[in-house]
Amino acid sequence: MILNKVEAQDLHLWYGDFYALKGINFSIKKNTVAALIGPSGCGKSTFLRVFNRMNDLIDNVSIKGQALIDGKNIYGKELRVDELRKRVGMVFQKPNPFPKSIFENVAFGLRVNGIKHKTYIEERVEKSLQQAALWNEVKDKLNKSAFELSGGQQQRLCIARALAIEPQILLMDEPASALDPISTAKIEDLIYELKQEYTILIVTHNMQQASRVSDTTAFFYLGELIEHDNTKKIFTAPDKMQTQNYVTGRFG
Amino acid sequence: MIKHFLKDFKERFIEGVLFLSSTTTSILVVLIVVYLFKEGVGIFNRTPVAEGSELLVSAANKVNKLTADEVRKIFEQEFTKWNQVGGSDAEIELFRLDDITNYYTDEQLGENFENMPHCIDTILMQHPNMIAFVSKQYVLPNGRACKVSIDKIAVKQVMLGNRWYPTASPVVELGIWPLLLGTIWVSIGAILLALPFGLAAAIYMAEIADSRIRKILKPLIELLAGIPSVVYGFFGLVVMVPIIQQTFNLDVGQSALAGSIILGIMALPTIITISEDAIRNTPRAMREASLALGANHWQTIVRVVLPYSVSGITAAVILGIGRAIGETMAVLMVTGNAAVVPTSFLQPVRTIPATIAAELGEAPFGGIHFQALFFLGCMLFLLTFIINVIVEMLAPKKLKR
Repeated sequence: MILNKVEAQDLHLWYGDFYALKGINFSIKKNTVAALIGPSGCGKSTFLRVFNRMNDLIDNVSIKGQALIDGKNIYGKELRVDELRKRVGMVFQKPNPFPKSIFENVAFGLRVNGIKHKTYIEERVEKSLQQAALWNEVKDKLNKSAFELSGGQQQRLCIARALAIEPQILLMDEPASALDPISTAKIEDLIYELKQEYTILIVTHNMQQASRVSDTTAFFYLGELIEHDNTKKIFTAPDKMQTQNYVTGRFG
Repeated sequence: MIKHFLKDFKERFIEGVLFLSSTTTSILVVLIVVYLFKEGVGIFNRTPVAEGSELLVSAANKVNKLTADEVRKIFEQEFTKWNQVGGSDAEIELFRLDDITNYYTDEQLGENFENMPHCIDTILMQHPNMIAFVSKQYVLPNGRACKVSIDKIAVKQVMLGNRWYPTASPVVELGIWPLLLGTIWVSIGAILLALPFGLAAAIYMAEIADSRIRKILKPLIELLAGIPSVVYGFFGLVVMVPIIQQTFNLDVGQSALAGSIILGIMALPTIITISEDAIRNTPRAMREASLALGANHWQTIVRVVLPYSVSGITAAVILGIGRAIGETMAVLMVTGNAAVVPTSFLQPVRTIPATIAAELGEAPFGGIHFQALFFLGCMLFLLTFIINVIVEMLAPKKLKR
């Protein structure tokens, strides 16, 4: 039996009084891409952030149920949050490079992990930038500030930064929403490439994007997971009426 | 119709009042600055001879032009021969007003010294190698004695002069270098002491303390800013100074160090509040990016939050220095006020504001001393002005990000 890479079992989440996730059951296999879709405020970003425990940063969050990676509960007492986040990389909606050089941005994750070996760091930086399809554009200006890059380049830099510490899972929160169509296409190609090595969860508002990049698609509505199935099925013959209405653009 | 007119009129009137008050304020500020510089720069139009006095030599003496430094050395008897200042080989004879009794009796001088100018003129006739330092009122108009001309006070003399003796006679010495250095030393010392503590407190309050502790700490720190500076000075004099004296085994505890400590405490609220704001203004996205890469809280603070807020922290430090430079009362009380070029933090120093506060009361209005103090005021104004400009230059950099 193939173990589920990422899994949620009857997961509930509250922000104070606000009931944000209502008993989610969800699972994906290794080296697949899952798209999370749904109208704004439906809980898809919250759900994404469950898996690297980013919700911990917000006061008054309470969680019930289980979130598992490789079958292990990531909210267990023995687990260290920073260790978890090294295994689960994240790319945010807006490019958020550090006010450092391009090189130091990518090397950041290695350095905070205590890696000091210079040639190893250089290798990882180059490899990650190549994986993020940015190496050719920046190889001559690694010491320039990351803020000199365009928005699309910055976002790919953020992806490279996440890849540098060799995570197993990549969480992407609308990674292309702030980008122009050409940059978006590059990011999508990239996701296709990255699937070979990583398990990817991607939140998106763009239906075409979801259908282009993902293997499975999960539709969230008002804090509930309405339907999760093969992408092709969700976009052509979903089981639920609500899903059908949403993906065909009749609401949301 | 009338109602509308009245309403219109009322609005116009209020606008007028607002316009007037803002204009008056601006004009007032400009006037103060102009007055300050007019009085201060006036010092360079004067000769350094003590107020209301004159230097006279015999008409036979070929030296009739001296520099301030030469005059000082002559009267301190460092120069004893006229050839040291370009004259003849003869010994220099000094004459001060008190010496008059060696030459004339009270009767000869007259009941109200009405014969004094004449007597002095005669003495100088009889002693060709004499230099006399006398009040202007005793100089005989159209007398035979010759007035010594002395160069006007030079900018270099004032800015780089090491000696501050504004009431010395026969010539005043207005070197502000020790005061300038004293001010800068005390302020830099204050920042060096306040920065580590202030930054630590700011980081604690912005990043680590939970909101309950913060709610107690913040007003407490702001309370520090509300304590009158004379109270700080009193505390410094009674508590800090004896401690410093004992710890370092000094003759006097009043020192640059005492001033720096007190000013450091006074600059803390500024540094803490502004740095804390800068740290809190680090975008959430930056923290999240760092944490998502597996950095722990402390690594995030050191590697992301602090570099990001560095311009805000710099602004805090510079504003802190600005406050320290202008502070008067506390410094006046604890630094010992010796106008010497500082060489150690354990020596007494004198700062510009303390000098102005301590000496203005005894400086005759419009005199050299008075103008010299105004010039000190100009220097202080320029120092703080430069600091404000630097803060302004740092601020937009922060916004751009």
